[in-house]
Amino acid sequence: MNNASPTALNAGLISCHSCHLLCRGVRPPEDIFAICPRCGARLHPRKPNSIARTWALVIAAFVFYLPANVLPITRVISLGKVQSDTIMSGVIYFVKSGSWPIALVIFIASIFVPLIKLFLLIFLLISVQIKSKWRPKDRTRLYRITEAVGRWSMVDIYVVTILVALVKLGSLATIEAGPGAIFFAGVVVITMFAAMSFDPRLIWDKQEQNDERRKKQ
Amino acid sequence: MESIIACHECDLLHQRQPLPAGGTARCVRCGAMLYRRKPNSLDRVLALTATGFVLFIVANVYPFLTFRLEAQKQETTLITGIVELYHQGMWIVAGVVFLTSILVPLLELIGMLYVLLPLKFNIRPWKLPIFFRWIRSFKPWGMMEVFMLGILVAFVKLAKMATIIPGIALYAFMALIFVLAASAAALDPHIVWDQLEPHS
Repeated sequence: MNNASPTALNAGLISCHSCHLLCRGVRPPEDIFAICPRCGARLHPRKPNSIARTWALVIAAFVFYLPANVLPITRVISLGKVQSDTIMSGVIYFVKSGSWPIALVIFIASIFVPLIKLFLLIFLLISVQIKSKWRPKDRTRLYRITEAVGRWSMVDIYVVTILVALVKLGSLATIEAGPGAIFFAGVVVITMFAAMSFDPRLIWDKQEQNDERRKKQ
Repeated sequence: MESIIACHECDLLHQRQPLPAGGTARCVRCGAMLYRRKPNSLDRVLALTATGFVLFIVANVYPFLTFRLEAQKQETTLITGIVELYHQGMWIVAGVVFLTSILVPLLELIGMLYVLLPLKFNIRPWKLPIFFRWIRSFKPWGMMEVFMLGILVAFVKLAKMATIIPGIALYAFMALIFVLAASAAALDPHIVWDQLEPHS
């Protein structure tokens, strides 16, 4: 204990997850209904079931990711002709029409970010589960990026919303949202929940457990 | 004021120290931001929130974008797309867009007024800490700045097909994003929490 870092957990304190008040005298897991005296949030030293929840949400997001990219997100109905567009065909359209900065934005926000976010979360989960000691500071930074960047994936959903609102010219041209949009919105929401349920403190906890074990040996 | 604080990302304990104006305290172990000191933080946030509230109303009431193709004209407000998605049976997508681009930002603005106005006049209204906790937990779901990027993309996509006329609401919306960003930059939630201490 005296070799361990001075963390709230080692000092028998709990830092409230929502207002960061340090609370004394609560000993979870027995005291599961302890409540922060300042903001009323449920107190727990680490996010509950962080690893299992994050895994479940990551897997759910992968299940949604495929239909989100394969099914059309928009259908353009123009003079009796129907043209379906997936996210990728939208990117290709922008590349072909010469607006490659927009193509890049869509590609990064809609295809690259959700995927890299899921792989980063898997990497963090596994690194915590095998009690890795590899660069905890950088892994915490990776987590911070994962959490901050996810919201930008929503951009394609907003594009669809605006297109659907504007292009409503009857038989001349109408744009409808396709089923891919439902799955895509699902991916964004689920990956955001996944990032929120991962607890970066676990990266550092495992670190200390390793240190202690080594010292005992 | 609490004298000890735990890093919310690695749980390391730190002694709280007075900071110079505009200073930021970071965790020595993982580099997470612990707390900041902003002069007149709450007054600034209150002013920005009040501005944001006015802009929010303008952005939702006035015409947002108008689509013109030859003789046909389609005028929209911010909510038109959401209603249209709902009519197409995409109620899940409509719900997500409604929550992230309208309801959450509105609740955040109202909530911040509810918390900051009484604090300004030293009143302690009903359930204030719980409301502030809720506002903070909603915050990641307000995505107006992402919506703005969506507008830009839609603009480029339709520019070759028709004329798009920006309305007053669009300008209010753009201003609102800057106001919300400034308000987020000016607020350190710990300043509010310190004033909501149960004992004081």
